[in-house]
Amino acid sequence: MQVLQLLISGVAQGCIYGLIALGFVLIYKATETVSFAQGDLMMLGAFIGLAVMTLLGFPFWIAVLSAIAAMGLFGLMVERLVIRPIIGQPQFTIVMLTIGIGYVARGMISMLPGIGTDTHVLPVPYQGVVFNAGGLVMSAEQLVVIGSTALLCAVLFAIFRYSTVGIAMQAASQNQLAAYYMGIPVKRLNGLVWALAAAVAAVAGLLLAPITFVHANMGFIGLKAFPAAVVGGFGSLPGAIVGGLIIGVVESLAGFYLPTGFKDIAPYIVVLLMLWFRPNGLFGEKLRKKV
Amino acid sequence: MRFLFKTSYEQDIALFKHSGQTFWYGLLMLLLLAAPLLMSEYWLAQLSFVLIYSIVGLGLMLLAGFTGQVSIGHAAFMGVGAYTQAVLTSAGWPFPLALAVATVLSAAVGVVVGTPALRVKGIYLGIATLAFGFIVEEVFARWESVTGGNAGMHVKAPEMFGWELDTAGEFYFLCLALCVAATLGVLNLLRSSTGRAFVAIRDSEISAQSMGINLAYYKGLSFALSAALAGVAGALYAHKMQFLSPEQFSLIQSIDLLLLVVVGGLGFVHGAFLGAIFLITMPQLIAIGKDFLPPAIGQAAGLQGVVYGVVLIAFVLFEPMGLYGRWLKIRTWFQLFPFYRKGMFRRQKSFTKSDRLK
Repeated sequence: MQVLQLLISGVAQGCIYGLIALGFVLIYKATETVSFAQGDLMMLGAFIGLAVMTLLGFPFWIAVLSAIAAMGLFGLMVERLVIRPIIGQPQFTIVMLTIGIGYVARGMISMLPGIGTDTHVLPVPYQGVVFNAGGLVMSAEQLVVIGSTALLCAVLFAIFRYSTVGIAMQAASQNQLAAYYMGIPVKRLNGLVWALAAAVAAVAGLLLAPITFVHANMGFIGLKAFPAAVVGGFGSLPGAIVGGLIIGVVESLAGFYLPTGFKDIAPYIVVLLMLWFRPNGLFGEKLRKKV
Repeated sequence: MRFLFKTSYEQDIALFKHSGQTFWYGLLMLLLLAAPLLMSEYWLAQLSFVLIYSIVGLGLMLLAGFTGQVSIGHAAFMGVGAYTQAVLTSAGWPFPLALAVATVLSAAVGVVVGTPALRVKGIYLGIATLAFGFIVEEVFARWESVTGGNAGMHVKAPEMFGWELDTAGEFYFLCLALCVAATLGVLNLLRSSTGRAFVAIRDSEISAQSMGINLAYYKGLSFALSAALAGVAGALYAHKMQFLSPEQFSLIQSIDLLLLVVVGGLGFVHGAFLGAIFLITMPQLIAIGKDFLPPAIGQAAGLQGVVYGVVLIAFVLFEPMGLYGRWLKIRTWFQLFPFYRKGMFRRQKSFTKSDRLK
C-alpha cells in the first residue's frame, strides 16, 4: 500500500517533469535546439495565472486560458526577437542565449516590488479536495495533473503525427534547407513551436502551482526535466512523458527507501546511467551519418 | 599596418609573432609584477581572483572553445580541486604536494566525466556534465566527515617548506606564477599537434577521424587537461576564500564560468582573461550603478540576474566573438584605416542541419 502511495505521488510529480520535458522536446524536434529557459517560462506562466486571478479577479477557467494564451504570445515574441537572428548557429549559442533569457525572466520577476520575492498560493477550485480509495489517499491536485498531462500529450502527439503543420515541423527539424526548398515556411514554424512550448510550460506552471507554491525560483525544477527528456530520448514526445514518469517515480522511491540526499540526485544518477548504456534514450531514434 | 613575412616554420609557431607583441606582453608582465606596489590590498585581492578565474577559464576555453565539448558542470572540477587542497593542507601537507594531488585528482575525475563524451555529443554531453555537477555538489554536502557538509570548512593559508604565504602580496605572486605557467602551457599545447587535433575535432569530428585522429583519446585528454586546470584554480580559490561550502560550486558557478568564456570570446586564449576580468568587475560595476538608479530598481534583489542575462543575450546576439572579438575589430579598424569594411567579421549565414545525423 505504501509503495502504491509513493507511486502515485511519484507519477504526479513525474507528470510535471514530463510536461516541462515536452517543451524541450517540442523545441528540439522542430528546431534542433535546446531551451534552458523552459523552467523559467513555466514560472512566468504561473505568475501570469496568479496575476490574472488575484489582481484582475477573473474566474478560474478564463484565467487559465488567458495565462496559456499570454505565454504563447510571449514565446512567439521571444522567438522573433532573440532566437531568429541566430538561427543556424551552433547549438551551444542558443543554449547560452536561453540561459540568458532564464536569468532575465527570473530577475525581472524578483524585481517586482512586493510580489517577486514572496511565495504565493494559486487559488484553484479543487484545492484541498482529497479522495480516499481503499486506504489510498489521492489529492485532487495530483489527479488533475495526471489527467491534464495525458490529454495534452495525446493532443500534441496527434498534431505531430497527423497534421500538416506537425509534419512540416519535423521536416524543418531534420534539414532546414531542404524544408525551405519544399516550400515550408521554416521561420514561421519556428515561431509557432516556441509559442507552443511556452504554452505547454504555462500549463505545467499552472498545474504545479497548487502542489508547491508560486515563487521566482520555481523554475529550477526545469533542471530535473532534462533527465526526463534524455531518459525518454530527446526528440520523442511520448518519450518525454515516460521519461518524466520514470524520473518522478525513481525520485519518490529514492526519497523513501534511500538515505537523505539521494532524492535530489537520483534523477541525475538515472540520466548518467542512461547516457552510459543507451545514449539515445528509450524512444530516441538511432541514426548515423554516413559519409 | 604590419606585414609579416614568414620564412620558417619556427616563425609560424613562435609565441610572439613580432617585436610589438613582445613589447606589449613584456610591459603587461612588468605591470603585473609591480602590482603589489601600485594597488591597495583590496584591488590586489580582486586581481588575484581575476588570475584564479583566468586559470579555470583557460581550462574551459580549451574544452569548449578549442575542442568543442560543452561542459555545464565545470564548477564541480573546481570543487574537487578545492576540497582536495583543503583536506590535504589541513592534514599538514605542504602546498606544492597538495596542489599536485588536487590537480591529478581533478584530472582523473575529468576523465571519468569525459567518458560519456565518447558516446554522446552536443546537448547530451551538456546534460551529462550538468548531472555530474549536481551529484558532486550533493557529495560535498553529504560527506560531512571530510568536507564539513553544508556547515563548510576552513582552509589554512598555503605553506611550503616552512614559508607561509599569508599576506595578500605573497598569495598574489603565487596566483600570478601559476597563471603564467598555465597560460604558457595552454599556448604551447595549442601550437603542438595535440592542440591542432583538438581544433580539428571542434570543426568536424568526421573529418578529424578521417585524418587519423583518435577521437576517444583526444576528447578524454581535453577533458582531463581542462579539469586539471579547473583543479588548480579550485585549489587557489580554496586558499583565497579560506572557507569552502558546497554552494560555491553549484550550477550558478558553472554558468558563471560559461558566461566567462562566452563573454570573453569563445575560441581565443585572450578571451579567458577578458572574461575573467568581466566576471570579477561586473558585480562591482553593478554595486556602483545601484547608487545612480531609483531605489525601486537599484535595491531589488534580481538586478544582478537581469544584468547578467541581458549582457549574455547581447553578446550572443551582437558580438558572438566576445570581448576579444570586439578588440580585434577595433584593432583592424585602426590598422586598415580608412579601408575597414562593415562586413569583414560578419557571421556566415547557415542552415541548421540535424545533429542527430552527425
